[in-house]
Amino acid sequence: MARMYIFKRFERFWHWAQAALIMFMLATGFEIHASYALFGWERAVNLHTTAAWTLIGLWLFAIFWHFTTGEWKQYIPTTRNIVAVMNYYSVGIFTGAPHPFRATQLSKHNPLQRLAYLLVKLFINPLIWVSGLLYLYYNDLAASKIAALAGLQLGSIALVHTAAAFMMLAFLIGHLYLSTTGHTPLAHIKAMITGWEDQDETIATSPSKT
Amino acid sequence: MRTGIFIAAVMASMLLLSAAHAASDPASEKLLKSTSDHTKFKALQQEFNSGPEVTKACLTCHTEASKQIHKTQHWKWEYRNAEGQLLGKKHVINNFCTSITTNEASCNVCHVGYGWKDDKFDFTSEVNVDCLVCHDSTGNYKKPAGLAGNVVTKAMEFPPGSGNIIKPIDLKKIAQAVGKTSRDNCGACHFYGGGGDGVKHGDMDSSLASPDKELDVHMDALGLNFACATCHMTEGHQVPGSRYAPTAQDKGDAHVRGKQRTTNPTTCQSCHGQGPHKKIAKLNDHTDKVACQTCHIPKYARGGVATKMSWDWSTAGKMWPEGKPMIRKDAKGRVIYTAAKGSFALGENVVPDYQWFNGKVIYTLFSDKVEKSDQPTRINHFEGSAGDGKSLIWPVKIMRGKQAYDPVNKRLAVVHTAGNDDTGYWTNFNWEKAIATGMASVGAPFSGKVDFLTTESTWPITHMVAPAKDALRCHDCHASGGRLEKVPGIYIPGRASDHAGWLDTAGWAVAALTLLGALVHGLVRVIVSKRNK
Repeated sequence: MARMYIFKRFERFWHWAQAALIMFMLATGFEIHASYALFGWERAVNLHTTAAWTLIGLWLFAIFWHFTTGEWKQYIPTTRNIVAVMNYYSVGIFTGAPHPFRATQLSKHNPLQRLAYLLVKLFINPLIWVSGLLYLYYNDLAASKIAALAGLQLGSIALVHTAAAFMMLAFLIGHLYLSTTGHTPLAHIKAMITGWEDQDETIATSPSKT
Repeated sequence: MRTGIFIAAVMASMLLLSAAHAASDPASEKLLKSTSDHTKFKALQQEFNSGPEVTKACLTCHTEASKQIHKTQHWKWEYRNAEGQLLGKKHVINNFCTSITTNEASCNVCHVGYGWKDDKFDFTSEVNVDCLVCHDSTGNYKKPAGLAGNVVTKAMEFPPGSGNIIKPIDLKKIAQAVGKTSRDNCGACHFYGGGGDGVKHGDMDSSLASPDKELDVHMDALGLNFACATCHMTEGHQVPGSRYAPTAQDKGDAHVRGKQRTTNPTTCQSCHGQGPHKKIAKLNDHTDKVACQTCHIPKYARGGVATKMSWDWSTAGKMWPEGKPMIRKDAKGRVIYTAAKGSFALGENVVPDYQWFNGKVIYTLFSDKVEKSDQPTRINHFEGSAGDGKSLIWPVKIMRGKQAYDPVNKRLAVVHTAGNDDTGYWTNFNWEKAIATGMASVGAPFSGKVDFLTTESTWPITHMVAPAKDALRCHDCHASGGRLEKVPGIYIPGRASDHAGWLDTAGWAVAALTLLGALVHGLVRVIVSKRNK
């Protein structure tokens, strides 16, 4: 079976570090939200805040990496083949049909992935990031000269932050499940760890190659 | 051997040195803080037969002292608040012993004067000012109840015919030993407000006379050892920090020398400033909404003295079968019922109530109409809200009472309780007579009918500041059902009642549906792949 090097070292590091941080922040975040008791409220807040700064740091590196390497282009949405991919996940996957998409270094994500990740990057992440920072610096908002910020209520900020957290949670569940839909349940996860993806000869040549 | 001699020599010389040093110590100890030794004053080298005689002697040097006192609340027992309400002990009705009117001879032992026994007291008299009650340093100065604040210099039987002998006090000795006010001086009255140790305030009782660090980090007798006046910094006998004129929120910086001090010196901020939390800066983010006291006084009545939480006058008057007034005690031996006063509930280590407070306190005065339909009648209440920009969340003691009122004229009753006469309730146990006397004394009509009204009063909790390690922790308030559960108008992270229910429902539903979808999808995959094999 042929193998292709898809995910570079930084990319894999970024992915797994982010995965761990996001799961940890969901765990601590929903404790702060009073959904359960795990670390104790005070510790949960401290851990959540530390993790938040770590993640922000990681994101800064990731953004820099995406733009300097041109990897950001991986998330340009496309409708090409999107119906075929949707068909695969709703029908083909059960009938043993080949995946209509083959990952390459230039196009790592199928059209559905592109859309999903773009949504995370352009909507959920900024929502969490901005509402989280406003939450953290709520007390300084009133002192700011910007009326829109000074008038913000902590309750509204928390509402947005919580809503974004739920979105992230839903994404995480879907993402975790879909990671098992490779040609073997662990194929995608292995690729994300090693960087090398098995190229199953039985599947069709990628039509989305540009 | 040689080194041994050397060491011995060194040690000997050290001993000599330290001895020489020690020799200078007694001298420095003798450096008196005061420039006057009151035992040497001619004016005080005489036998005094009464309090005013002592005051007269004091005034020979401290010429303006009485004039200063005359201007104080301690003397006038009268205060007009910003809302125009005439307050002070002279005027208010509370839900403890209710009112001083007609009971002056007993209540007014705590007046800083001599002889206020009725409404004819001369408030302009300089010699009637009591210097010793605040400046006694011997602990022997006593003002027995029933004598209108006068002191006893010759053994006397009181009440007459009771066989109870009051021992005389040596005014000369006491006068020669005057000093600055101490916790004991202030405590003689303020620890015993409401008729007994710790009764009224909850955050002030005799345990503060010599507290340890846990009870009060500032007054800690072996530590900082603050006197009351360390915070209640007094000038010209004007003691700042009255609860009639509270400072709910102090946005000023710590007071420093060289800067003109215009704000209340009794606030925490007047020493600690606006950002007192150095180690955990996040805590400073709370000070715009939460009073220092809220976290730093985790409980009140912490010193082993119980405070009264409720007082029901309506049950008063019960007699034992043999006709003697009934007294009942709880398992700890504390009085919970007396025929004279009714039933009490006591509390120790009490978690305060919390509410928004902007410094405005509104009273239900004797002249106000009261209705049984809007019980509990609020004897006083704290104003404030989350949004008024002036309020902080404060710890308070809510005192619950049931007290006499005239249901026809709809007025709180002025009750003549103390007094060895025909109408005093504590000797006659007759409400109608006691209230008739009380009402007549203030010129108010009385229908002759007596009923009881449920009342509430609010007291700020501000003493008994615990060390930082005992302050509240995050989860005490940042939790569902936490200490601030009932405080409205503010989003408290971790308090579930603040959450938008729809978001939680929708959020968890979306997560659950995603999970369910994944599980079903996965299950079908497993089934199909097995069938294909």
